[in-house]
Amino acid sequence: MIDWQALGVFSALFLLVTVLGFVAAHWRQGDLGLLHEWGLGGRRFGTIVTWFLLGGDLYTAYTFIAVPALVFGSGAIGFFALPYTIILYPFALVTMPRLWSVARAHGYITPADFVRGRYGSHWLALAVAVTGIVATMPYIALQLVGIQVVLAGMGIQGDLPLIIAFAILALYTYFSGLRAPAMIALVKDTIIYLTVLVAVIVIPIRLGGFGSIFAAIPAGKTLLAPSQYWAYATLAFGSALALFMYPHSITGVLASERRQVVKRNMALLPAYSFLLGVIALLGYMAIAAGVQPSPAYGAQWAVPGLFSAMFPSWFAGFAFAAIAIGALVPASVMSIAAANLFTRNIYTAYFRPRATNLEESNVAKTVSLVVKAGALAFIVFLPTAYAINLQLLGGVWIIQTLPAIVLGLYTRWFHRGALFAGWAVGIACGTWMAMQSGLKSSTFILPLGAQGVPGYAALWALIANLIVVVALTLVFRAVRVPVGSDETEPHDYREERARRPVPELRREPVAPLGQPARLL
Amino acid sequence: MARSSADRGRRSHGWGYLLLLLPFIALLAVSTYNRQAPDLGGIPFFYWYQFLWVIVTAAIMVVVFRLTD
Repeated sequence: MIDWQALGVFSALFLLVTVLGFVAAHWRQGDLGLLHEWGLGGRRFGTIVTWFLLGGDLYTAYTFIAVPALVFGSGAIGFFALPYTIILYPFALVTMPRLWSVARAHGYITPADFVRGRYGSHWLALAVAVTGIVATMPYIALQLVGIQVVLAGMGIQGDLPLIIAFAILALYTYFSGLRAPAMIALVKDTIIYLTVLVAVIVIPIRLGGFGSIFAAIPAGKTLLAPSQYWAYATLAFGSALALFMYPHSITGVLASERRQVVKRNMALLPAYSFLLGVIALLGYMAIAAGVQPSPAYGAQWAVPGLFSAMFPSWFAGFAFAAIAIGALVPASVMSIAAANLFTRNIYTAYFRPRATNLEESNVAKTVSLVVKAGALAFIVFLPTAYAINLQLLGGVWIIQTLPAIVLGLYTRWFHRGALFAGWAVGIACGTWMAMQSGLKSSTFILPLGAQGVPGYAALWALIANLIVVVALTLVFRAVRVPVGSDETEPHDYREERARRPVPELRREPVAPLGQPARLL
Repeated sequence: MARSSADRGRRSHGWGYLLLLLPFIALLAVSTYNRQAPDLGGIPFFYWYQFLWVIVTAAIMVVVFRLTD
């Protein structure tokens, strides 16, 4: 049965962000025929816009559905999302400003651009680019699952509404680029914060306080079993290392206007982690409220079921809109990031080295459409479990680009060939480990000691990757395999702002006679 | 002149960044906080302790940001 009141509020908010998405093309106007204008918003976002953009981008709608679902179904282990999103920021505070600076100094748009510049290796850059694209695709598909679940919360079934929502998203992303999700994120996060604030006050009051909520949880579920300690810690640590390797996270970082904006945001973004922790607790509130897993969506029904049971229709519609719009922001940024990678590191690197800037940005726009159509087809034609499994593998894969990207920010000692071999070993190892559980779980029991050590497969595979990187670097350096050129200089990593005009326009076609080529 | 201020910057970097290890130590040592008591308004220690670290970590990062900027 369709809840018309909820649907009305939902549709009104959806319409509002659609208008914003198109209007965004004119915001802080730039030439959208340039890739860094379309794909990085002209690198002009200040502290506040970056906060909303990164917050809206990292904490996806799927997170808001899946984390409480995991807590609802499995208890305390699902709470690893909180330590994960806490230690994320000290790590990013140290590494991301360096990446921002070197990217600004050399006009890099993607992490693979940096790897190519740093190691002079297009193979390593290709590995980073392909990993980024492949890991991002299922992540986009999962955003659709987030929308599907909240639509079901309002009694709407079928794929058509999903297709319409995604078509609109695809269109304004095509026209406005990164400006669209940045502007929409302002609205999305405002209503998310409002929703969670209301939820954390109203629901515990209606359920008789946190004491009775926790009392309603089956014994043993609210704390970890000692056998889960390693899994909890490695899931938190590994996920924290992986998140900023995703292209969509790096896109958000590189779009900031100054290095200081990046640093400041790392201290401000934990506000979203607090929010995520509260959202995780909604899983327990759903148990206490007697919400049952649904036949179609299982434990993912926890939050929509809870909101339907606890809120009046109109506010449930508001909350569902928060989640659905919350899916649009990351889906848009992810498709842009994947498009940037394809364009910069595959299309112009291998097929059209002489592509003009306009051609480059047109390819990126088209690819952003293709990527979203692919994600949509994935969800419409294949079981949801495929997307979830692939996203699990995506996390295992993306972390394997960490040595090339993060170690490269500090030292040129590691050999490019060794980094490539480490990446390959990490991918193979991690995939094998994840397959051992039939992709049901992201943990793998490392056969060490009597019981073995169960931990996040991505982290174990990263350790294998690093061992190969160090060992082969020693070998390659000993036998003097060429190390490749490095176009960066030590001070590039500390730049506060661009020293010289950013070389974004190096492929500008010949300037009209008598007119100097435009530089900025 | 320029060199001495750069050196001062580098020296404060050193110990400032060490503070960033605290959240890793506190949160990855899971056995130290996997406890029911003391609870806070009905919320077990396990939960409110981790919420507390959100705030502590943000505060640490503000300090580091000030020190290294």
